[in-house]
Amino acid sequence: MAKQQQKRQFKKSNKPQKFRKSEVKDGMQITEFKVNQKGRAKKKRFMGRKVVPSKLLQKYSKGEGVELKTIGRKDSCVQNKMKKKEKKIKWAEEESARAEILLTESKGQLEAEEGTYTSHITQTEIKKAVDITSAAKSFDLNLDQFGPYKMQFTQNGRHLLLGGRKGHLASMDWITKKLHYEINVMESIHDVCWLHTEVMMAAAQKQWVYIYDNQGIELHCLKQMDRVLKLEFLPYHFLLCSGSESGFLNWLDVTLGKEVLRTPTHKGRLDVMCQNPYNAVLCCGHPNGTVTMWTPNAPEPVASILCHPHPVRAIDIDHTGMYMATVGVDRQMKIWDARNLGKCLQHYTISSGASNVAFSQKSLLSVAIGNIVEVYRNVTLGGTDHAYMRHKAGGIITDMQFCPYEDILGISTYKGYSSLIIPGSGEPNFDALEANPYISISGRKEAEVKALLSKVPAELITLDPLSIGQVDIPTLKEKLEAKKALLYVRKPKIDFTPRYRMKGKSGSSQKFKRKQKVREDTQREYLKRAYSQREELGLGKKKKKGEKPAEVLDRFKPKKKVTQS
Amino acid sequence: MSIKSINVLSRNPDHYMRETKYDIHKVQRNYDPTLHPFEASREYKLALNSVKLEKVFAKPFVGSLTHTEGVSALCRHPSRLSCVFTGTVEGELRLWDISHKKCEWTVQAHSGQIWSIVAAPDGNSFFTVGNDKTIKKWSLDKAKEGDHDLPIDTWLSDTIVTGISHHRHRNEFITCGERVLLWDASNKAPKFSYDWSTSGDRNDASVASIKFNPVETDLFASCDYANNIVLYDTRAKEVKKLKMTLRINALAWNPMEAFILTAASEDYNAYSYDIRKLNTPDQVVNIHKGHTAAVLDVDYSPTGREFCTASYDKSIRIFRTEEAHSRDVYHTKRMFKVSCVLWSGDNKFILSGSSDHNVRLWKSKSNEKMGIMRARERSAINYAEELKRKYGHFPAVRRIARHRHLPKHIYNAKNEQQIMRESRARKDANRLKYSTPGKKVHIPARQKVVVGLQDDGVVGFQDMDNMPGTSTN
Repeated sequence: MAKQQQKRQFKKSNKPQKFRKSEVKDGMQITEFKVNQKGRAKKKRFMGRKVVPSKLLQKYSKGEGVELKTIGRKDSCVQNKMKKKEKKIKWAEEESARAEILLTESKGQLEAEEGTYTSHITQTEIKKAVDITSAAKSFDLNLDQFGPYKMQFTQNGRHLLLGGRKGHLASMDWITKKLHYEINVMESIHDVCWLHTEVMMAAAQKQWVYIYDNQGIELHCLKQMDRVLKLEFLPYHFLLCSGSESGFLNWLDVTLGKEVLRTPTHKGRLDVMCQNPYNAVLCCGHPNGTVTMWTPNAPEPVASILCHPHPVRAIDIDHTGMYMATVGVDRQMKIWDARNLGKCLQHYTISSGASNVAFSQKSLLSVAIGNIVEVYRNVTLGGTDHAYMRHKAGGIITDMQFCPYEDILGISTYKGYSSLIIPGSGEPNFDALEANPYISISGRKEAEVKALLSKVPAELITLDPLSIGQVDIPTLKEKLEAKKALLYVRKPKIDFTPRYRMKGKSGSSQKFKRKQKVREDTQREYLKRAYSQREELGLGKKKKKGEKPAEVLDRFKPKKKVTQS
Repeated sequence: MSIKSINVLSRNPDHYMRETKYDIHKVQRNYDPTLHPFEASREYKLALNSVKLEKVFAKPFVGSLTHTEGVSALCRHPSRLSCVFTGTVEGELRLWDISHKKCEWTVQAHSGQIWSIVAAPDGNSFFTVGNDKTIKKWSLDKAKEGDHDLPIDTWLSDTIVTGISHHRHRNEFITCGERVLLWDASNKAPKFSYDWSTSGDRNDASVASIKFNPVETDLFASCDYANNIVLYDTRAKEVKKLKMTLRINALAWNPMEAFILTAASEDYNAYSYDIRKLNTPDQVVNIHKGHTAAVLDVDYSPTGREFCTASYDKSIRIFRTEEAHSRDVYHTKRMFKVSCVLWSGDNKFILSGSSDHNVRLWKSKSNEKMGIMRARERSAINYAEELKRKYGHFPAVRRIARHRHLPKHIYNAKNEQQIMRESRARKDANRLKYSTPGKKVHIPARQKVVVGLQDDGVVGFQDMDNMPGTSTN
């Protein structure tokens, strides 16, 4: 960066300068203008726009951009066009970095007094220390009849869905504590999942998956998904994904009610599953210790990693799609690079086999071990010996999730639900066009229409979500191999029906001859081309130097006598 | 208490919600890329939507102006947008107020067809030429009053006049017919006659269309029934004559790059010439294909970026100047053979006069929204345009953007001509392949249509007498 600035200044020095000097001081660009020629006027100091720090620019970077030298001739039309485009992108990056000053909220934090640990601070202590609205966010629901419970927050973190194994289904606005509905479906519930808004939710019941609205009315029964253990919803693709007891994965487009793909994993029960929020790929943990990644475009996994020598118990991916955390029965917790697969970044040994693991928006990691939940900081960088926070729940923890845009961790147990205050876990500044906790009903309706209009087709789910904006360049090696393959391919079959001709020219023998001629001609042409290509690549026979090509009449030339020495 | 400091996220809802229902909703933004996943694929989907919406809103037909006879000539006022003159094959002349679709004035101007109408550059008067060998000058002010039906001036010619073009500044105009005549408006006799027989060539033919160059104002071009395009200069006698394989029906100069001349040809194509390169073999800079019958008229948009053509195949097409295939094609069930076409001065409308007694008014951009727009709507449209540009090369997007519904007769004719073209190309390729090497050479399509050039300024460049198709006496 500094080098570039130097370069720019050097370049400008060739032109007649209007200002005397320009320097960066305390993050401000200060430019001294030249006084007019007679030197009467005072020196003016123009305080330029504040220079954006390079680290901040890096955050909003849209990539390196195009190397202009490689495109077209110098100062050609194409190059100038690209230059303009690059300039616009650079401007957009800079402006979005500058807009960070408008973000009002700051991240939560917790500090313990010297000599004590933050993990020793209890929830009651925290509740006493924080303001009354925050304290109200930490609460317990004592539901000891229909447990164990599964839970999920909506995309904007405003609503909570609870599903008890013994059929209890409830949804509520957990901030105002307003219950939307509470029913018993009179069947076992294995998992619950919100759909795109808080008015629709799916519950995996004993046999099939059912969809309910926000009054508890059953809208659909999805018989395509049977004996489901785990549900996931891809909000940008409108796909409801399920993993079943018989090991089948299923993607269902909820806008059309059509199944996109149903595929067997051949690896037993599918109760460990999560989505990668960065690229919408499904990750499944299996009893043989592997983690497989699936897209709805292929009946086999796009990636498969052996994570543990023992069954995988829980799995989660952080919202940037960079890190994957897996927990095995072998008391190991491992952090993986989710983009560069097969690279284990960190591994920790935990006190006993964990049942759940969850990343927060600010990359805190919570691990549920029996009835204890532990939250860790900086797990991806390693070096955390002890937990950031620890909490002992009333029962064995069955499900947990960090609430988006809040400093809250929700845990559901055999005996109910409780939400814990974990300072610094949530993203403080939301984007109202993506997820807005304070959205009005009309706003929600409008956002639903907009989201439906920009529904990403299921075919675009790949490991690299940016691949659609990139040029598909086959490597030189691939090109050469394709060329070589052409050489050894069989002569093409020519399907040719000769035209009907009068005067006895369309007898079967005549027709056959004509056919044969056309066939031979095209094949000859093809072989000629293949031969010349072979020669181009240097694969043909090598000619001896100085040898003339043989002519027809050469055979009458006197033969060379072999001279005896 | 072992807490030293604690800070928990706690938002005041008042900062994020509007105070009263009369306020607008507050929209908190955070441009952090991690909060906006699938940026590329969502943008792609939006591009796909916008190109589909473009099709949904593509309703180019605005209205029609009904006549009692087939329309043969159109002319727009040089400065008033709503003022348009039309002439019919029975000699009726009409003045229209386009914005109200109202006929303001009607007069029987000529006995027989009105061939051409042109407005004087000051906009106060306009000229018509008809089958009765007269050139008439009409006053716009008197026409606006209503019941006035006499021309303010009349010139007599000895032959039928089929075209007229007015000089950009001077009080001169030029007519064509069997002879090309330059007139001074203050004189009753022509000032000069451009006669081809003076240059030794006897095969004169009636000239179909004539146009003054809008920038190099002394230059003008004509096209005649002997397949020639002739370039004249009022200051000198030298002319250039380019012979084509088929007849040219109409000419138009590009108003912005006035060295580009576009011709509507009888062979279903329009040709663009660079008059600076007329002496070289690559004088044809572009062949604009697409029509399935003879092209009868051509007119440029005032921006010079696009032009439209009228054709005998009952359709009009819009071309970008640098592209070979049309951007859009307009047709209706009832529109018959289109004889004349006109692009409006504000670049928003196209008028087409056809033999079904109608002048039709079209939008020049079929999906454009007319009328005043809010800033939000305008920015949404601009965003959609940018998306279409950015993702225009994707196969799914391009397929939708390029598709045009065609009436059956055009669709079938197109397919038939495609077969004919392929067959011809195959034959040429075979001839080239099986002839003695070097004897036959490949001639590019742009050179194939030009027979030759005669240039009075350069002696002996190419001999017209040796050209095929010209009869020598």
